Amino acid sequence: MPECRILDPFACAKLPLDSWMSVGLRWVVDNYRPFFQAVKAPIDSMLQSFMAALGAVPPMVVIIVVALIAWQIAGIRLAIGLAATLLFVGFIGVWPETMLTLAIVLTSLIFSLVIGIPLGIWASRSETLYAILRPLLDGMQTIPAFVYLVPVVMLFGIGNVPGVIVTVIFAVAPVVRLTYLGMKQVPEDVVEAMRAFGATESQLLWKAQLPLALPTIMAGVNQTLMMSLSMVVIASMIAVGGLGQMVLRGIGRLDIGIATVGGLGIVALAIVLDRLTQALATPQKKGEWLNRGPVGLIRSFTKSSQTDSAHQLASPAIDN
Amino acid sequence: MTDAVIECRNVWKIFGDKSKEAHKVVNERGLSKTEILEQYGCVVGVADVSFTVGKGEIFCIMGLSGSGKSTLVRHINRLVEPTAGSIRVANQDVNSLNGTQLRQMRSQSVGMVFQNMALLPHRTVIDNVALSLELRGMAKGSRHDVALEKLRLVSLDGWGDRYPDELSGGMKQRVGLARAMAADPEILLMDEPFSALDPLIRRQLQEQFLELSKVLKKTTVFITHDLDEAIRLGTHIAIMKDGRFVQVGTAEQIVTEPIDGYVADFVKGISRLELVSAGRVMKPIAGAQASALTGPTVLATDKLSKLLQIAKEHDGVITVVDGDRPVGVISRHDLLDAVTG
Ligand SMILES: Nc1ncnc2c1ncn2[C@@H]1O[C@H](COP(=O)(O)OP(=O)(O)OP(=O)(O)O)[C@@H](O)[C@H]1O
Ligand SMILES: [Mg+2]
Repeated sequence: MPECRILDPFACAKLPLDSWMSVGLRWVVDNYRPFFQAVKAPIDSMLQSFMAALGAVPPMVVIIVVALIAWQIAGIRLAIGLAATLLFVGFIGVWPETMLTLAIVLTSLIFSLVIGIPLGIWASRSETLYAILRPLLDGMQTIPAFVYLVPVVMLFGIGNVPGVIVTVIFAVAPVVRLTYLGMKQVPEDVVEAMRAFGATESQLLWKAQLPLALPTIMAGVNQTLMMSLSMVVIASMIAVGGLGQMVLRGIGRLDIGIATVGGLGIVALAIVLDRLTQALATPQKKGEWLNRGPVGLIRSFTKSSQTDSAHQLASPAIDN
Repeated sequence: MTDAVIECRNVWKIFGDKSKEAHKVVNERGLSKTEILEQYGCVVGVADVSFTVGKGEIFCIMGLSGSGKSTLVRHINRLVEPTAGSIRVANQDVNSLNGTQLRQMRSQSVGMVFQNMALLPHRTVIDNVALSLELRGMAKGSRHDVALEKLRLVSLDGWGDRYPDELSGGMKQRVGLARAMAADPEILLMDEPFSALDPLIRRQLQEQFLELSKVLKKTTVFITHDLDEAIRLGTHIAIMKDGRFVQVGTAEQIVTEPIDGYVADFVKGISRLELVSAGRVMKPIAGAQASALTGPTVLATDKLSKLLQIAKEHDGVITVVDGDRPVGVISRHDLLDAVTG
């Protein structure tokens, strides 16, 4: 035991927080491991389906679908830009890795939303919950992700599924926060009017609060997505495959080539997902999209062919 | 009164954490609104207000900004819970209704027009108007039919597919009006519904509204800042100050017998010609002098404007009769006195 001095008390007195954490985690692992293993099942099955689907569809089909979606929600320019980005990804030879990373990111996104949006709504109705949630969210966003890699590995093992879990922990905060914010920003007088005309709580939520909060929630979705992507490399340290794995291997072997293509793949994926969700986040009026993009084109075709045939029916004898 | 549709008894609303204590002290010691704010940090919204509104009546509430008008009407459909007092609507205690009953009352029997319109910005005009019907579960086709009809009523046909932000202030108010009437409620709560309208449309809507409430016997609580409007529409008028009713009465009572300087200020400069009746101006005559009936005669309920018409053509006194029995006389001097107030 070193001697104790008042000016440097740290030498003899130490709070054994580190061993508490170890013991505590050990205890959780020993007693609740089956529970944590069970949590993996739904994540695993969703991830498998995404992987199977994205792997089975030919690359050009994926690119065309993405371009059509982009055209529909934002316009032809974005469609061309995103298609070019994805073509580039294919031509630098990282298509399979990109699809795997996309599957992981989409799975993380869905679980983040399933957890985050209800939590945000609930917090907007209970100040107590929000007071509890706030420091937690701050912590999840600021504690370096490396720190919770350890407990996640001990509880869930390694591989793609624990990778999704780490990503969700890291990325869920923005969607909770912005859902909360969006709900709080719904004008008080609109809520009052809904009540005054006899709305139930769920009608209030679905017919007024959620639609009005939607642009803000979508901004949260966008941020969550970007944070998921930023976890890709870190998650690869617990044996998650895909683009992150390429970057990690590049670092390990000092192979600048493989690190660069992996990195560019991540950037490309980030651009595509960011632009798509941002386009979704801009408020739109109901029904407007029907007259735009591919859908609008098809509608105008069917309409004009109908009127054409109507003309022909109406004036059958003019040609002769 | 047995046909009272709305009945408020000693309603208090004090905003703030210590509202219960503040209410107790107010009752015991009668502190003023400012004293309560200083000592308890509570805002007195409504203070000891009682009134009844009979079926088909239009009850107008007037008062300066912040006097508690909006807070008071919000009690009637329980958007605000009173600190004390009781509110009965159609013989039901509003504050003892359960959730389902309350929603049913709100979507079917009480329509409300908000001071700030409070339209739903993400919905088209027609979907705004059809709101109460939709919340109640009516099918889309039929609720849109009703909404179209109500839009026609407020001269907004053709605007159904627009969004509220494409409308002017006055148009929004009319949408709010149509929305309140969509469910054909028996009771209308109107918080300055015509304030953003130009005089022409305002006049037109006032007349339509009067007609409507006469025919359909709507019971209305109507808040306005415009005394002319209150006089034109109101069966009774209440003047509110610092949460209290200073005076309640018919337009004629309020104009001719203001209870204090506050009310007198309110009614100053209003034209009395269509308001004051002969019965209020005449000098009553004792005993029946039926023989003296030579000059022009009027009824006790005839207004000053009619007396002036007669006085233009006849120089002598005007006799007020009840049937063929004279009950009073009005000299030219009395008449001029009455006109100038
Ligand atoms: N939710 C609330 N919390 C605290 N105080 C409130 C609240 N609502 C209203 N008040 C207070 O109650 C008083 C009456 O407000 P109210 O809105 O009823 O006035 P008003 O007569 O409708 O005024 P105006 O003519 O400007 O609409 C005001 O002093 C206001 O500050
Ligand atoms: Mg008001």
